[in-house]
Amino acid sequence: MDHLDRLEAQSIYILREAYRSFPNLAMLWSIGKDSTVLLWLTRKAFFGHVPYPLVHIDTAFKIPEMIKYRDEIAVQWDLNLVVGQNKEALAKGETFVNGLDRLSCCKKLKSDALKYTLDGTWARRKWNPYKKVWEDELNGAPYTGVIVGVRADEEGSRSKERVFSARDEKSEWDASTQPPELWNQYKTDFAPGTHVRIHPLLEWTELNIWEYIERENIPIISLYFDQGNGKRYRSLGCFPCTAPVDSVARNPKEIIEELTSGKFKDIAERSGRAQDKDGGGTLERLRKEGYM
Amino acid sequence: MQRLNIVITGHVDHGKSTLIGRLLADTDSLPQGKLESVKKMCENNARPFEYAFLLDALADEQKQGITIDSARVFFQSKIREYIIIDAPGHIEFLKNMISGASRAEAALLLIDAKEGVAENSKRHGMLLSLLGIKQVAIVVNKMDLVNFSEIAFTKLKVEYSEYLATLGIKSDIFIPISAREGVNLIEHSSSTPWYKGPTVLEILDSFKSVEEKENDDFRMPLQDVYKFTRDNDDRRIYAGTVTSGELNIGDEVVFYPSLKRSKVASIESFNTEVKTSVKESEAVGFTLETQIYVRNGDVVARADQSAPKVSNRFEANLFWLGAKPLELDKPYKIKIGSAQSTIYLEEIKRVIDGDTLDRADEPSVGRHEAACVVFRVHDLLAMELFAENQKLGRFVIVDEFDIAGGGIITEVLEQYTTRRTKALHVSDVLVDKASTSTEFEEELFALLRKHFPHQFN
Repeated sequence: MDHLDRLEAQSIYILREAYRSFPNLAMLWSIGKDSTVLLWLTRKAFFGHVPYPLVHIDTAFKIPEMIKYRDEIAVQWDLNLVVGQNKEALAKGETFVNGLDRLSCCKKLKSDALKYTLDGTWARRKWNPYKKVWEDELNGAPYTGVIVGVRADEEGSRSKERVFSARDEKSEWDASTQPPELWNQYKTDFAPGTHVRIHPLLEWTELNIWEYIERENIPIISLYFDQGNGKRYRSLGCFPCTAPVDSVARNPKEIIEELTSGKFKDIAERSGRAQDKDGGGTLERLRKEGYM
Repeated sequence: MQRLNIVITGHVDHGKSTLIGRLLADTDSLPQGKLESVKKMCENNARPFEYAFLLDALADEQKQGITIDSARVFFQSKIREYIIIDAPGHIEFLKNMISGASRAEAALLLIDAKEGVAENSKRHGMLLSLLGIKQVAIVVNKMDLVNFSEIAFTKLKVEYSEYLATLGIKSDIFIPISAREGVNLIEHSSSTPWYKGPTVLEILDSFKSVEEKENDDFRMPLQDVYKFTRDNDDRRIYAGTVTSGELNIGDEVVFYPSLKRSKVASIESFNTEVKTSVKESEAVGFTLETQIYVRNGDVVARADQSAPKVSNRFEANLFWLGAKPLELDKPYKIKIGSAQSTIYLEEIKRVIDGDTLDRADEPSVGRHEAACVVFRVHDLLAMELFAENQKLGRFVIVDEFDIAGGGIITEVLEQYTTRRTKALHVSDVLVDKASTSTEFEEELFALLRKHFPHQFN
């Protein structure tokens, strides 16, 4: 087995463990490369099937190609897609483009939308792959297990995560009181009102992700590749806060070269994400409040 | 590039984070700008720069000045990639140290040259041996504080070797270093001309990756059985991760403890070439020639190979991390392989203490204590001795909702029967009956088949 085989096998084990342990399980799909790899690993784990809903938080400021790609893949792979949105904040114009600071905008459009979509307080918009129609779900049951594609190498606070990580009633994370995690036994028991975040990609690096995308030929969104203007996205988010990088990499192979010997060797992946830089420990604060 | 998980443990303030920060900096493994940004942050806060700050990425950690959780740090030498787990030394965070260490294939154990062997130096040494980590190097840090004295180093080496010997750990690798000054990390230093052994980087590169063994008998804890009828898929797939050995199409398999058997009809996978066999560490699925009903957690073995041990009693070495002590005759949950069951502590043979001698006749096992104990389980379980099969010889104990302890099986004991056991709950007897009675099972499946026919198509 090579290192990708090992990472793949471990992630599949984790996904299967989550599936058998949590009756109301969902996976977050941000449309980005990491959670799309997670979606692919799901199909590996369950022999072509995706047996749980995929939750996407649509801030209404996502790069338009992301929504198009999302809906196409959902149809192609028979996905049970669930979309959540903070309609109230959008209606009131409480957003960064209307003058709100970045952090508060992230909290409203992402953290809050995520929290109330996961716990079923807000309406969920669902793609029904059997009837091939969009449906609204009101008062949906809370998800007790949520699979998330975070990686330990992304940023300081993420390196402290457990594979199965408990969130309390307020969806908050307390790094200092986490229970132990031993060998391949994870936290699969949870108190009422709490939920568990599951992180199958914790040990993957950005480079591993691209190596795997190349090996498996995973149809990743084209925003990651140079379309001829010498720019591409290295990390995807909302368009007001995410900048493309200068790069002429057109496919996974060229991105791998860039990461290993080229211009992005030793340059942090999220360097194009503005919300990480507003003050020290910002992403950590967002994560405590439920941000991914 | 190959990858090795290593853990760095030791008493609080003995310099673990400094060592790792320094290794990252000296081998150019830091992202561009990281060193500068941490230095700038120190400048802004009027604090002297320390290498440990590179790791202490969490904001509240920097306030307290101690590492809270097992950070995972990626690092690269000339020959391979490392995941370094920076395990906290503070006693309250022992559970995090164990979480980190249980993923490791090798360990560095740090001791402060000036302070000497501390409580946690001993406890961590003991826990590494309980976790089954055999590749351990002892790094004697802060040699600059004892003027790089060979005598001080040798004295510490003798003292700690004697302690390790009582645990059955033989480690003759001791490295004198100064993490802060970079002595003997990457290159030999003129500060310690008397030291001829390997540097920290050399010893890391010499550790072996725990490779799968080729000749072991096949074992696979059954993680789940899938049938995605709603998606028009009629395959009944038995899934799990192979813990040892190899399985081929046509092999006869036996499930333990249910003793159900059948032959492998196909190996299933998604987006791969057609497979005819699977082997250790792969996450796999297969179909069988006959449809049998088995419970998640059964261990699959090959009929032409050895069988796992089956019992509901065993002796184990255990370490306890729960807030509440582990008590006799109280129901807990055990997780072993893919199986779960209710478990009762039957006997505490002795409590092993890092500091004093072993204690006998204890009423319970307290937080941060290790003990030799006997457990009884209310279901029969397939298991192995840890010494013979690590993955099926280790288990965790869940108290309420959290993992509160872990252990390794040292002896599989004779089964108890319901008649012989006095402190058994009524529910145990009922479940016990249900799990062993074929007649009941057949009736249940007949009912299920009648009312949920789509599950059985």
